[in-house]
Amino acid sequence: MTVVPTANLGLKRQDFLSNIDPKWCAGCGCYSVLRWLTGTFPTMGLPREKFAVISGIGCSSRTPYYVDTYGFHTVHGRAMTVATGLKLSRPDLSVWVMTGDGDAMSIGGNHFIHMIRRNPNIKVVLFNNQIYGLTKGQASPTTAKGKKTKSTPYGSIDPPLRPLSMAIAAGATFAARVADTDGQLMADVLQQAADHRGAAFVEVLLNCVIFNDGTFNHLTDKAVKQDTTVQLRDKEPLIFGNAKDRIVTIDGFRPQVEAYTPGAPIPANALIHDVAVEDSSLAFLLSNMEHPDLPVPVGVFRRVAQTVYDDHYAPKGGDLARVFRGPEAWVEDAQGQISLLGAQAAPATAA
Amino acid sequence: MTAIQTARTVEEVDTVVIRFAGDSGDGMQLVGDQFTSTSALMGDDVATLPDYPSEIRAPAGTIGGVSGFQVCFGTSDVFTPGDSLDFLVAMNPAALRANMPYLKPGATLILNEDSFISRNIEKAGYTANPLETGELVGYRVLRVPMVQATQEALGAGGLSAKQVDRCKNFFALGLSYWLFNRDIKQTQRWIIKKFGNKPDVLDANQRAFEAGLQYGKDGKLVDRTYATRAKVTPRGAGVYRQVSGNTATAYGLLAAAKRANLPLFLGSYPITPATDIMQVLQQNRDFCNVLQAEDEIAGIGSAIGAAFGGALAATSTSGPGFSLKIEFMNLAVMTELPLVIIDVQRAGPSTGLPTKTEQSDLMQAMFGRHGESPIAVIAASSPRDCFDATIEAARIALEYMTPVVLLTDGYLGNGSEVWRVPELDELPVLKTHLVTNPEGFKPYSRDSKTLARPWAAVGTPGLEHRIGGLEKEDGSGAISHSAANHQKMTDLRAAKIQRIAQDIPKTEVIGDPDANVLVLGWGSTRGVIEQAVGHLNARGVPVAAAHLRHINPLPSDLEALMRKYKRVLVPEINCGQLAYHLRAKYLINVEQFNKMQGQPFRADEIEAKIVSMPETLSKPVAAANYGALS
Repeated sequence: MTVVPTANLGLKRQDFLSNIDPKWCAGCGCYSVLRWLTGTFPTMGLPREKFAVISGIGCSSRTPYYVDTYGFHTVHGRAMTVATGLKLSRPDLSVWVMTGDGDAMSIGGNHFIHMIRRNPNIKVVLFNNQIYGLTKGQASPTTAKGKKTKSTPYGSIDPPLRPLSMAIAAGATFAARVADTDGQLMADVLQQAADHRGAAFVEVLLNCVIFNDGTFNHLTDKAVKQDTTVQLRDKEPLIFGNAKDRIVTIDGFRPQVEAYTPGAPIPANALIHDVAVEDSSLAFLLSNMEHPDLPVPVGVFRRVAQTVYDDHYAPKGGDLARVFRGPEAWVEDAQGQISLLGAQAAPATAA
Repeated sequence: MTAIQTARTVEEVDTVVIRFAGDSGDGMQLVGDQFTSTSALMGDDVATLPDYPSEIRAPAGTIGGVSGFQVCFGTSDVFTPGDSLDFLVAMNPAALRANMPYLKPGATLILNEDSFISRNIEKAGYTANPLETGELVGYRVLRVPMVQATQEALGAGGLSAKQVDRCKNFFALGLSYWLFNRDIKQTQRWIIKKFGNKPDVLDANQRAFEAGLQYGKDGKLVDRTYATRAKVTPRGAGVYRQVSGNTATAYGLLAAAKRANLPLFLGSYPITPATDIMQVLQQNRDFCNVLQAEDEIAGIGSAIGAAFGGALAATSTSGPGFSLKIEFMNLAVMTELPLVIIDVQRAGPSTGLPTKTEQSDLMQAMFGRHGESPIAVIAASSPRDCFDATIEAARIALEYMTPVVLLTDGYLGNGSEVWRVPELDELPVLKTHLVTNPEGFKPYSRDSKTLARPWAAVGTPGLEHRIGGLEKEDGSGAISHSAANHQKMTDLRAAKIQRIAQDIPKTEVIGDPDANVLVLGWGSTRGVIEQAVGHLNARGVPVAAAHLRHINPLPSDLEALMRKYKRVLVPEINCGQLAYHLRAKYLINVEQFNKMQGQPFRADEIEAKIVSMPETLSKPVAAANYGALS
């Protein structure tokens, strides 16, 4: 039993919105994820009861309350464990995890690694706002070095980790990144995640208007984003810039930016994206590209087909009484006379 | 059944306690297993106590590396693996030295004399060869050159000296079979099955086993053998097998799921001494879903997810893992999902003594969570009772929509005894609160009898709802921060657990109905308590006993029962956790009796304690020689 779409059920985005008004701050990037998530669900051909939205703790993790499906607001960092158990016992469900940078990368780091490596058919959306928002502004594992927060008054001394690198290193079969402001790309990425058979990981660069406002402005402002990000397209070179006049090339293992004349032949050392290559080195390299030296890639980094974990879980049933008897049971009658069962009664000779 | 009848004299015995001890690589667990299953198949009652170090292969020849397997077998009802040893089979000086404290006066020692060389003697911590110092006076010492005899039996085959040496456990087994007139067929079959694909090893083990038998037949050991008396009261018609507590627990989960008509899910993580539960279920994946999770937390988290999806869900662990699961246990309390949490207790705190038994997690099971977090707690009382106790845990979880902690322990989990295998239709049908009707559905409405909420499994059309760890509004289950509602929900959660008492059977009392002293136990102490009370009653000492399966809630008749006695004695393998709870709850000053040595109580310890209590002897008692018991 796996997820089986039942054709077009005529469901609309509104059908997936619960009657609870979101309690996120005005202008929070979380609204964007809710908008596009509920936009994706009706396209999957599944009735509402087949969806389960599972979350941990944090602003991201309030999402289940706002989606009119089954939902579970679990404990901090551990949504992926609950989602895994649910998915393994109910492969017919579409299971989505809503998590954050603190939830998935800090307290839940272990669960994240292991869920990703097992590759169950679960979708994970990580709201990365580089801050603990619900506890009012402490540094998270993705907070930039030097950043002053309430818990780092002299600037953060911890090197941040990259969620995409973590996912790819753990063997993610689907990994993508999108900014909260890019609705079109988010719709596309969530759709691809939904269609992927296996664990799908989507990092959303998400603005916290209260405690980390503008942390991604250099990647999302219309004026600069063409120069600071590059949208990944399968089998295509990484050409970016307002005038499409720069290209990412590779020197050994080192990506670099070179000038490019639009329309000119693609240079031989150009980095050509390939989402489906089995080896994850390219996706990992892309996940390491950081501002300001390199454009930050967005879109789908990796999408490969591998054995889906829940396919291993299919109890067939059988004769339980036989299991209980085991190979060594015997029968006694009311007088205490013992006789052997089955194979044991055979003579003791080598087979 | 053909037994070996070559010795001149066969002495009939009632019950025998024997321990096989050697290095942890000597195969003593295997020898014990074979001896036990053969004895069970011959109609004897059996109870076993494996006792092994936590290191897989501690330094050979040292006390720390001694691995033992004790079995009590015999005709009359065997409640425990035995207090002290009638026979010790010791493969080296360390095995002898480690087990000296457990020997009965006059016990028989069957010693592998080839290993009593100076190096081994020193490693065992002896300053001189105990075979020569006279310190074994008072025991019957039988010296057997096991290594040499095994070498002779195997001849100059293709096996290395090390491989030959590894066959000596089968020599010891063969010799023991001769000594106790055990039927050899079962073990012969087992050797073929086990080593059939390695012809040289098969041949070597068969020869070693035969050589052990022949050594006895040749009269080189003693001129008499032993046989257990024929049973006076048969066990009753049925199918029987030997079962360990951990296997019985795993089977209990399978049976409960079957009788509840639910899929079974276990989320678990390897931990001594609970791992076997997960492994037995992994072997039976046709009947269940098992996740070997990345950690203890994920074990219970995945189980909670499965419960949300409508499965009978469980997680199994021991002390340190139990500590890690606590946050998620509270989520199960708040979301009121059915869940069985199995804690095979071991000696703590921290890593403690991983392979040694204790009953010291009771308080943690009862109270070890933040907030007011009532949870059902039950305990199994013997290896085979683990099966029934697990089904009872599942029944409560499903009927009351609550997490249930099932406490077993290392002694139960690893110990084994004869179990009558029930037919599936003998077992109770387990009811659930699964719902499908959207009409008037409220996630936190209440069943009037049990106060359980409805179980709307994910995937049920029209029942889409959200749950989580935030406080719930009564009825709707919506998030609520209302002060009055929090009071109400706190009270409801507590009342629901208390309602479980309505299903608990009347507390059964055994022993002398007119006694002044009631021995009240819980969990794995049942066997020794009943044995001790039985012995004392037989000698005219007035004492009664009762045993608790349900710890939270306690049976509703317990307080009145306790008040009928002048004094209630509570033996526990902890520092008095149940005693503490009983005092707090009933204001009855029970008498504690505690032991913290990583070992179960011995019946004679409990007998001595009962006899020492002034209340016991305030009734006239026939004279008896208690001194001989200690």
